[in-house]
Amino acid sequence: MTLDGSPGATDSGPRSDEWQRLHPLTPIVYVSRLALTIGIALALTGLDRRNSAGGVSELVVGAVVTVLIVIPAIVSVLVTRWRFDGEVLSITTGLLRRDSRQLPVARIQAVDLVQPLVARMLGLAELRIRLAGASGTRGRLAFLTEQDAARLRARLLAAHHGLDQETPEPGEWRILSVPVGRLIASVAISDIGLLALALAAATTSIALVAPQFLAGILGSAAPNLFAVGQAVVRRIFSEFGFTAAEAPDGLRVRSGLLQTTAETIPRGRVQAVRQVEPLLWRPLGWRRLEVDVAGGVSNRRGRHRSSARVTKTLLPVGSAQQANLLLSRVLGVGAPVLTRPPHRAIYKAPLGYHFLAAGHDQVHAVTVNGRLRKTTAWVPLEKVQSVRRVQGPIQRRLRLASVHLDTAGRRVHAIFRDRDSTESARLMETLAVLGRAARTRDLRATGPPPHPGVAPVP
Amino acid sequence: MRIFQALATGTVVGLAFGLAFCTLGSGPGIGAGGGIFLLALLSLWFLHRRVRAWRYQERDDDLLVGRGVLIRRLSVIPYGRMQYVEVTAGPIERIFGLSTVRMHTAAFASDARVPGLESAEAVRLRDQLAALGEARAAGL
Repeated sequence: MTLDGSPGATDSGPRSDEWQRLHPLTPIVYVSRLALTIGIALALTGLDRRNSAGGVSELVVGAVVTVLIVIPAIVSVLVTRWRFDGEVLSITTGLLRRDSRQLPVARIQAVDLVQPLVARMLGLAELRIRLAGASGTRGRLAFLTEQDAARLRARLLAAHHGLDQETPEPGEWRILSVPVGRLIASVAISDIGLLALALAAATTSIALVAPQFLAGILGSAAPNLFAVGQAVVRRIFSEFGFTAAEAPDGLRVRSGLLQTTAETIPRGRVQAVRQVEPLLWRPLGWRRLEVDVAGGVSNRRGRHRSSARVTKTLLPVGSAQQANLLLSRVLGVGAPVLTRPPHRAIYKAPLGYHFLAAGHDQVHAVTVNGRLRKTTAWVPLEKVQSVRRVQGPIQRRLRLASVHLDTAGRRVHAIFRDRDSTESARLMETLAVLGRAARTRDLRATGPPPHPGVAPVP
Repeated sequence: MRIFQALATGTVVGLAFGLAFCTLGSGPGIGAGGGIFLLALLSLWFLHRRVRAWRYQERDDDLLVGRGVLIRRLSVIPYGRMQYVEVTAGPIERIFGLSTVRMHTAAFASDARVPGLESAEAVRLRDQLAALGEARAAGL
């Protein structure tokens, strides 16, 4: 990474905060994403009309389609500009309807660097910035050159942590990586992998026993087979070569075979962590870690993006030791003592009772739920938005109640399920008091939120 | 809370219908009318219990909201976690001079809704919450 502005098409001098454009090669990446689909469609129509005299018209159709895709992409590159002045990242876009966004750096929740295959070959990268708040607040810069994207990320994160934005990107050290064999094995014995295996077995057995029905069955089941296969492949591809690294500005998580993603989770932005242990993984001691970060990435133009991931995978599959290592890095130390709900809870939750447990200390709350998929959730008390106590009719008869901890994340739910009635009432009080104490401690540690003008600070 | 009145009008109409059927109709008409009458009475009673169960308390640092008869819920929402307060009044609520105060946090699951407040009380609660929220605001 160069620190002084070396001349280049999109190069920014380090201090420059004037408007910048996207990289001129961006349309190629957009087109290449659709090239395969168009190619297949053209080939199919070509096959259909092989006998009719339409060789030229296919070419014309192809050219028209390509132009229709290229032109909006070119226009969007021409009208999009961005600028970072040290506090606010501004992105302006739109030809007919101008859309300009201000992303205050203080509210950044995560910064991701995404590189689809073609972009990687061209040396381009997309920067995605997640903010706290309503779903409309997100930033996306596609595409910049790799150096520009990396440098902008470093500047954003440095500014976010209150450092001089010229602080060079700090070094990072690798904590762990997931071997390919283990990843494939883990997907194979996960729910979707087992489904795919069962389908494959059924197909082969049909092929062996009654080959005459094979074509008909395959024809009718093809879309489902395709979908399952695609899900398996996508999961392996997206989590291929998973690496977690620690840097002073947060945890870096990298993965991907064709499209690589480098996510940065800044310190203190984790809303909740969840550890999932599916039934078949348990004998092997494997588990999966997911982190909830506030605010999702959503995109006006849905076609240009893969599925929105609100939850970030912190560890696709790993041993207890690896999971604990990452947990201690993300949440800090401390293991609250877990207590079981009273034995009479078995009448209300005959299956789930097996793993039910929960506990809290001064900083975190930990809950364990689920039977087939044992799920453990960690919630830092300073991130708790509200505490809820819910008591259904059966629970009231058994003098039980559940206490929910609501966080800004969307996937992870920490529930103190089926606790004793009086204990749950006490829990409501203590959790509220501890949460307040943790919040004030948090404020004192980091100072008041730096952007009172943007308040109500989420 | 006067939401009771608002919700009750619907069932009172039901009661009136039932009575009318009883007096005017004959044979099956009386049966149907009586059925409607009983149902309306029953739902009036459920409604009464439901409205009675809805309660809120402003404490020093948080708001308590409780509701529910069959499934009892109680929420503690710290003022510092509040994103914004919303006061809404639908057409029927407006007829009776009522409003609903809703407090939003960053979590979707948080459920802090107090319906059926007199409009003046709703405005007071809104201003109170907003002031307290500003004083105790905390980052995400």
